[in-house]
Amino acid sequence: MDQHEQLRETLLKDITQASDLKALDDLRVGALGKKGLITSLMKSLGDLSPDERRAAGQTLNLLKAEVAEAIEAQKSALEAAEINKKLESEAVDVSLPVRPQQTGLLHPISQTIDEVVEIFAPMGFEVAEGPDIEDDFHNFTALNFPPDHPAREMHDTFFLPTEEDGTRHLLRTHTSPVQVRVMQNSTPPIRVLAPGRTYRCDYDITHTPMFHQVEGLVIDKATHMGHLKGCIIEFVKTYFEIDDLPIRFRPSYFPFTEPSAEVDIGCSRENGELKIGAGADWLEILGCGMVHPNVLKACNLDPDEYQGFAFGLGVERIAMLKYGIPDLRTFYESDLRWLRHYGFAALDVPTLAGGLSR
Amino acid sequence: MKFTLSWLKDHLETDADLNTITDKLTAIGLEIEGVEDPSSDLSQFVVAEIVKAEQHPDADRLKLCTVSVGADDYQVVCGAPNARAGLKGILARPGDTIPSTGDVLKTGKIRGVESHGMMCSARELNLGEDHDGIIELCNDAVVGTSASEALALEPIIDIALTPNRVDALGVRGVARDLAAAGLGTLKPLNGEPVQGTFESATKVDIRLPESDTHLCPHFVGRTIRGLKNVESPDWIKSRLVAIGLRPVSAVVDITQYINIDLGRPLHAFDLRKLDGDVGPRLARDGEKILALNGTEYTLNERVMVIADAQSAHAIAGVMGGEDSSCQADTTDIFLESALFDPISIATTGRALGLVSDARYRFERGVDPASTIAGAELATRMITDICGGEVSDLVISGAAPDVGKTVPFRPKRVGQLGGVGVPAPDIQDILERLGFQVEQISPEDWRVTAPTWRRDVDGEHDLIEEVLRIHGYDEIPSVPLPHVLSTRSSFTFDQRRARTVRRALAGRGLGETTTWSFLSKEMAEVFRGELPVVPLQNPISSDLDVMRPSLLPNLAQAAVRNAARALPDVAFFEIGPRFEGGHPEEQVLVAAGLRAGRDTARHWQGAAHEVDVFDAKADALAALEAAGLSTDKVQVGGPTNIQASSWYHPGRSGTLCLGPLVLAEFGALHPVTLKWLDLDGPVVAFEVFLDRLPKPKRQVGPARAKFAPSAFQPVERDFAFLMDDVRPVGDMVRAVRGVDKALIGAVDVFDVYTGEHVESGKKSIALSVRFEPHKATMTEADIEDISAKIVAAVERAVDGRLRS
Repeated sequence: MDQHEQLRETLLKDITQASDLKALDDLRVGALGKKGLITSLMKSLGDLSPDERRAAGQTLNLLKAEVAEAIEAQKSALEAAEINKKLESEAVDVSLPVRPQQTGLLHPISQTIDEVVEIFAPMGFEVAEGPDIEDDFHNFTALNFPPDHPAREMHDTFFLPTEEDGTRHLLRTHTSPVQVRVMQNSTPPIRVLAPGRTYRCDYDITHTPMFHQVEGLVIDKATHMGHLKGCIIEFVKTYFEIDDLPIRFRPSYFPFTEPSAEVDIGCSRENGELKIGAGADWLEILGCGMVHPNVLKACNLDPDEYQGFAFGLGVERIAMLKYGIPDLRTFYESDLRWLRHYGFAALDVPTLAGGLSR
Repeated sequence: MKFTLSWLKDHLETDADLNTITDKLTAIGLEIEGVEDPSSDLSQFVVAEIVKAEQHPDADRLKLCTVSVGADDYQVVCGAPNARAGLKGILARPGDTIPSTGDVLKTGKIRGVESHGMMCSARELNLGEDHDGIIELCNDAVVGTSASEALALEPIIDIALTPNRVDALGVRGVARDLAAAGLGTLKPLNGEPVQGTFESATKVDIRLPESDTHLCPHFVGRTIRGLKNVESPDWIKSRLVAIGLRPVSAVVDITQYINIDLGRPLHAFDLRKLDGDVGPRLARDGEKILALNGTEYTLNERVMVIADAQSAHAIAGVMGGEDSSCQADTTDIFLESALFDPISIATTGRALGLVSDARYRFERGVDPASTIAGAELATRMITDICGGEVSDLVISGAAPDVGKTVPFRPKRVGQLGGVGVPAPDIQDILERLGFQVEQISPEDWRVTAPTWRRDVDGEHDLIEEVLRIHGYDEIPSVPLPHVLSTRSSFTFDQRRARTVRRALAGRGLGETTTWSFLSKEMAEVFRGELPVVPLQNPISSDLDVMRPSLLPNLAQAAVRNAARALPDVAFFEIGPRFEGGHPEEQVLVAAGLRAGRDTARHWQGAAHEVDVFDAKADALAALEAAGLSTDKVQVGGPTNIQASSWYHPGRSGTLCLGPLVLAEFGALHPVTLKWLDLDGPVVAFEVFLDRLPKPKRQVGPARAKFAPSAFQPVERDFAFLMDDVRPVGDMVRAVRGVDKALIGAVDVFDVYTGEHVESGKKSIALSVRFEPHKATMTEADIEDISAKIVAAVERAVDGRLRS
């Protein structure tokens, strides 16, 4: 027995001291291999009496199991240590910066037009477009501008040179000519929005020679000023994301609408800071009105049968107000710093369900 | 248009307070521009009298004044032409802040003489535009008292008028509107004619050519003799000062006053300076006139003047002449009241750059019935204040008939306005505005507009009048009736452009919006075969033609950013280019430009400098976002079409669908870069969105059935040798074409020239993926298709399999 107990102690001690898998395996072979110590002892059991054999066999089996278990345990421990050592060697400084990636951005004008369309789309509006280079008929005459209206002057409107046949094209001064094109080319009911570039001879702090408008037009047999108010109020509140935004309609004048109105929204000006919402002041936001019968006639629609409203708003203006962009001219400077500050991520698609702005 | 509250109340009997009045003005379309309380700014200034005014020893135009504020005298150097002893005005003393400039006044030396203050003009005190002279207070102003008290300052109401509302360019018109809107009653106006006692020796005579008689249909005058052109009474002076006009003398002030009060311009000539009959005629080319503002104007044949037998004495409807203006010693005048053509007056005013209260009204259209009435009212005021003897009126022409009668259906107010206004209320509103209503039947009215409403042309104008006075606030707002629509709000083309926009932004390009115009020099470089489309009246010489390409603007954006130490930019724009000067010659383009490095320098590797393949990738991504399958796209098309001249000829290309160029891409030409003053590398692309094919028929949202192959795909690598000059794209195309159903992908994974490859050749390594759909490929199948590939490459680009 002493011999067994001594063997056990020696083996277990050697196993726990094995420093690598190779040494451990050598120990395993030395103890449990074909010619191993325990295996040899097992073989020598035949020389014993049956009683002795049973007792010694039991002891040896226990020893064999115990040694095998110890080897397994040491093996796991050595493997874990080996992995840890490997991981340690693989460590990197994760505080280092990641690979840079360029992020693109959308210009506020595109984003604002998308927002406007998103609000009017559920009201059944479709988007129409027209050319930037227009003729006198679509830009002025059909819109009931009298022949001597100052807007037709060179100091307001950009003209192209007169052609041989006497026609003279111009850069549209508003998106309203799209109204005319839509009415000429479709049959009511009509609900369209026309976003686009517009041009006027003006360049100072609050004017750029090119800017953007969105025109709206509704024509059918029953649309009246109450609808105009409902439609505009819904738009303005949704766009500015203010439920209780005060809105007023003020009589005004445009050649192509009658009655005409300008729409003001509530605001406050404190310490030179403009804030949209209920306040002491009003801020003009857009112009609108019932389409003038002369415009309907010019588009071959009978004003006794058809009626409706039109509105026009400045894209840059409403973008400036909503997003607090102070200077109109910066929209056209392509300053990367400005775009990073005021631009919108490609995935910031404005939706009514997901929110117009973040 | 400015007026004071008390002036308004001359015409309007009302208990309403200032706030109620201003709110109502805005509500009826006479928008409040502002309400000024001028007294707040003026508390520091005092009433002072010039007790002595002597010539400045060293300057002809300056006077050396001794100014008294009662207790103290101040020596003040004054350049105003009206500075004279006895004048009572407003003195600013050293330390006072001048309202118009915000500057603090200091003691100064003017031409060697000390000045201890300043006699103020109306403009300096923000009381008006007048800067021709210093303010003259009435005689009973008390020296030393506060200016705000002496000026009897009361709130000044300033309204913005829309161009159709010429009737509200007189205080009375504003009062009429307010009365119609229920804010009181309009007081009657004493319009009784003044009986003449003699026949005017000066007659009136319209001397316009037959074709131009419409320029002045009605010309009225009268002589008033033996008057005393005294100073105006205080109530006139203070009202004129309040709205920024400078009182001159009673006769002149009365014409100014009536212009504001009734919107009726008048002019009074000093009869001493007139020779013979007076009337309008066209100016002679080059004819000169010194106007009341001291400026000499050279006229042309389109300008109408008021002339006697000898010379022009006024620019008709715009401004009188200096020579025949009424002076303090004037005793006999000729009063003119006329009607002029708005367009003629506007044209003259613009051509001469001359702004006046008379022009402002005439060019918008003065009430034709006011020609005689205005003359009578002015006559009454002049004789009341200045005395004198009045002649009969002398009249040429007649007031045109303008009171238009229009059919009116009261039910249209509700149909168009969306608010029920009872018929009696409609009639009441119209009548209070001066319209005459005749009911043919309850449904069919005839409404006659008053002479002062020349803007009223039809039923719609009357509807607007009713709704405006009834109040837009009374119109209930209702939602538009819902219409079921299963379509997108955007057309196919619009959706495509939108997708491309967000796709390009997603690729790291920043969107920009640039002018549709640029300089002719820029256009010349970037126009290719396109014509130059100039503007006749550009805003500046560097924005004088329509852009034939978006790239120059993007390039200039890069230059500007580089100047701000941001040389690495990636911009795109989706917008029009102009291929000609007609509406249909506008093409929508998505263009982009990358400059410098496309990422910052990084510890893991060198920064990547942009190259032609970045631009190609952008262009392909745009096409793909636009819904085009890019394997249909061929670089260069069947005839190897080259990119435009502003690209590097060896590092650029076109993306074509058959012979149609959908896009161009490439590095910018070094010459172009140098010309743009841009440092390389710069690459760019232009995708012609309008040229992309539209889907032949509307495809629904359902996709084709998903049918993945059950058989194992196989990949094989090939290496070919081919002439260096031949495009690899042709090889890839040929390989794909061998069996489009079987060959799933062809990837170029190596391009090599150099050692072991003979000169003039390149080695191309391809990985080809076979995706069998019918059966697993056997070795024999693979051998077979590989042989076909080798043969195809040989045929297409004369390439040989490397052994």
